Amino acid sequence: MPIAPHPPETWIRPTAAGLYCEPGDFYIDPQQPVSRAVITHAHGDHARAGNAQVLATPETLAIMQTRYGGDAGGSLQPLGYGERLRVGGTEIRLAPAGHILGSAQIVLDFHGVRVVVSGDYKRRADPTCTPFEPVCADLFVTEATFGLPVFHHPPAAAEIDKLLHSLRLFPDRCHLVGVYALGKCQRVLALLRQAGYDEPIYLHGALLALTRLYEAFGIALGAVLPASGVTRDSLKGRIVLAPPSAFAEPCSRRLPDPVVAQASGWMRIRQRAKASGVELPLVISDHADWDELNMTLDEVAAGEVWVTHGREEALVYYANKRGYRARALTLIGFEEEE
Amino acid sequence: MNRFAALLEALLLTPSRTGKLRLMGEYFATEPDPDRGWALAALTGELSFAEAKPNQVRALAAARVDPELLGWSYDFVGDLAETVSLIWPVAPLTASGASPPVPGLAEIVGNLRRAGRAEVAPLLAPWLDALDPTGRWALIKLVTGSLRIGVSARLAKTALAEWSGVAVDRIEEVWHGLEPPYQRLFDWLEGRRPPPEIGDLPTFSPLMLAQPLEDDDLARLDPVDYLAEWKWDGIRVQLVARAGNKRLYSRSGDDIGAAFPEILAAMPDEVTLDGELLVIRNGEVASFNDLQQRLNRKVPSEKMLRDYPAAIRLYDILRAAGEDLRPLPFAERRRRLEAWHDASGPHAVLDLSPLIPFSTWDELRALRDRARDHGIEGLMLKRADAPYLAGRPKGPWFKWKRGALTIDTVLMYAQRGHGKRSSFYSDFTFGAWDGDALVPVGKAYSGYTDEELRRLDRWVRNNTVRRYGPVREVAPGIVLEIAFDSVHRSTRHRSGVAMRFPRIHRIRWDKPCREADTLEALERLLN
Repeated sequence: MPIAPHPPETWIRPTAAGLYCEPGDFYIDPQQPVSRAVITHAHGDHARAGNAQVLATPETLAIMQTRYGGDAGGSLQPLGYGERLRVGGTEIRLAPAGHILGSAQIVLDFHGVRVVVSGDYKRRADPTCTPFEPVCADLFVTEATFGLPVFHHPPAAAEIDKLLHSLRLFPDRCHLVGVYALGKCQRVLALLRQAGYDEPIYLHGALLALTRLYEAFGIALGAVLPASGVTRDSLKGRIVLAPPSAFAEPCSRRLPDPVVAQASGWMRIRQRAKASGVELPLVISDHADWDELNMTLDEVAAGEVWVTHGREEALVYYANKRGYRARALTLIGFEEEE
Repeated sequence: MNRFAALLEALLLTPSRTGKLRLMGEYFATEPDPDRGWALAALTGELSFAEAKPNQVRALAAARVDPELLGWSYDFVGDLAETVSLIWPVAPLTASGASPPVPGLAEIVGNLRRAGRAEVAPLLAPWLDALDPTGRWALIKLVTGSLRIGVSARLAKTALAEWSGVAVDRIEEVWHGLEPPYQRLFDWLEGRRPPPEIGDLPTFSPLMLAQPLEDDDLARLDPVDYLAEWKWDGIRVQLVARAGNKRLYSRSGDDIGAAFPEILAAMPDEVTLDGELLVIRNGEVASFNDLQQRLNRKVPSEKMLRDYPAAIRLYDILRAAGEDLRPLPFAERRRRLEAWHDASGPHAVLDLSPLIPFSTWDELRALRDRARDHGIEGLMLKRADAPYLAGRPKGPWFKWKRGALTIDTVLMYAQRGHGKRSSFYSDFTFGAWDGDALVPVGKAYSGYTDEELRRLDRWVRNNTVRRYGPVREVAPGIVLEIAFDSVHRSTRHRSGVAMRFPRIHRIRWDKPCREADTLEALERLLN
């Protein structure tokens, strides 16, 4: 590879607040309020409240407004997928990351050198968001949430079949499925509809607003009803989606003999499922698995790879072994929720 | 193998006892022989492959996967079977384009039983290739011999009983005369053949158990009808010797003889005895903690045998010289026991639990309240005319535990329970004052009503100061009066003491937590 006149490490670097692009004078997914923020996607650990100026996809901005209201940012600037914008000396483009609605990779060009920051991403089809677009990069900054070779996500449709099978097996029990409120909830709804399940699905209150927002963006999710205020008996044989934290809430006691399920990539590990009291683990992830992380490097990375949050050490080791110049970036603040 | 693997996984993830019983019952009903028999052997812990070691599995994986990546994965997952089952690379298709054939459980067991040390790995590799991740996980659990899925041998036998309609004690009686894959057992349970003959095998006889004595029971009982013994704080065992074969069984019918070679060596032949396993030094019963040292070892060292000498205090005889004594009244069995003990002695490790003479309940109550010795938990009352009946019949035997000790403690941590209680903070760690600091002294899971549990749960949620995963630390604010049977020194607990059977006696909503007891007060109760 020719030596670039402006190698990436001279103009983009990790700081305490987050990844900082100097010629553009902005932070990507800052962990503390800054004057200019570019946000990959609206999950709480990436999109914090209180930045002065925020640049993100229109969907991400809408979700941030739903969550944070007036605190979403001083000024909000939408940038659709594929549109280009000059900020200082850099050109910014947002490319779909396939993680959740509105999720984007940040593509930065500076004097002929390209840096792509993946944010969180996945490579599987998802009816609720635009698929990942591979963009070749001199430096690819990748996540590594599932960066160990024990993580092979099975096809999501087969996991949904497990849920539907259990529903037929226990027609008098309610199926309580733990889902992350943003993204996973709506994807599970869409997957159930794809599998032909057209009964109403009941949602914990914390999931309603974002689900309505997805629908407002034209994503059809079928009949969705609030789980509160419904009689115990009417939830027999029904699917109730709730954030995993709600399992511990008093309201879960009202459900008729629930089968406790959870939709997450972590469910691959049985003892982890067991330890969280999950009877029916559904391995449905919005992140790339081990093979997909490595395949993506092969598709987009020209030489240099920075690995951010997750199990960095294994992916860094393996990427180096396969000829990349890889290193771990220790960025604080990112969570393991999914 | 796939059905067995699915069963193991479902058993692991199903928290409720009834759910586990139903899963096993369905499996026994639908899985053909001999696979279901091998599965039963695995579930009851009767299956082991001496030549298969966890290291062989690890080495196989390291040959297929980058060892660095294997190491990081194992660190993260924390369980060898789980790690290897997930990391094992997908096998190439065979020449004809088909997946490799999935092995059956009987095929796996048969081959492994015949295999020498060097043959284990070459057998395992193609099986791991052919199985899916759940199948690989189950295979590794099976060969390395620790299922850890929350199923005891007793629960597996209970599932057999519920499925077949044959009482579990009938199954226990013949169990030790049977061999995997248990064709003879299934033939009987499905009505194709009569019950198996026990013959000369040293099989386990299900135990007769006592009811707890309730406050108002004594008023209805006549002291003349009962004999009294001390209730010893050891573990209940059954000694069986037949035709030179000797066994020491725990109360659940597990053979624990290997851990107590001195007992087996000293046991006379042709007898079945019921008694309490204890550590006895110079005639003095040692604490339950000392016995625990022996129970934790599969095979004791010379030093263990010397420092923790085991003995059995006998209280019943079920069979002698080929005669079943269980139909005889207890008073007659007691005479037979004494006669047998005299005739077969002298005995180094077998002594008799004495009968306690008394004429009124008050006299007995006074004896019980004074008894603070090591090793005495209370009294046993046994009807003189009662035969030996398996199970827990109401009336013939009572256990009358001595009054519990109590101490006022402060609630420190709460953890969510399991199953029905999974949305409640129901497991409580409590502490005693050591100066200005609270030191955790124990954990209790019981002793509250549903209403009290709801109130405690609410209080915990509103007074959490820190969270550690499923555990919440709470601000000192609630005094729990804890009842317990005894307290012992312990090097495994930060406080240096450990309680036996702690349970919540009362919740002292009224009491300021500064007025709870001190660690020193608890130490004064050490015996």
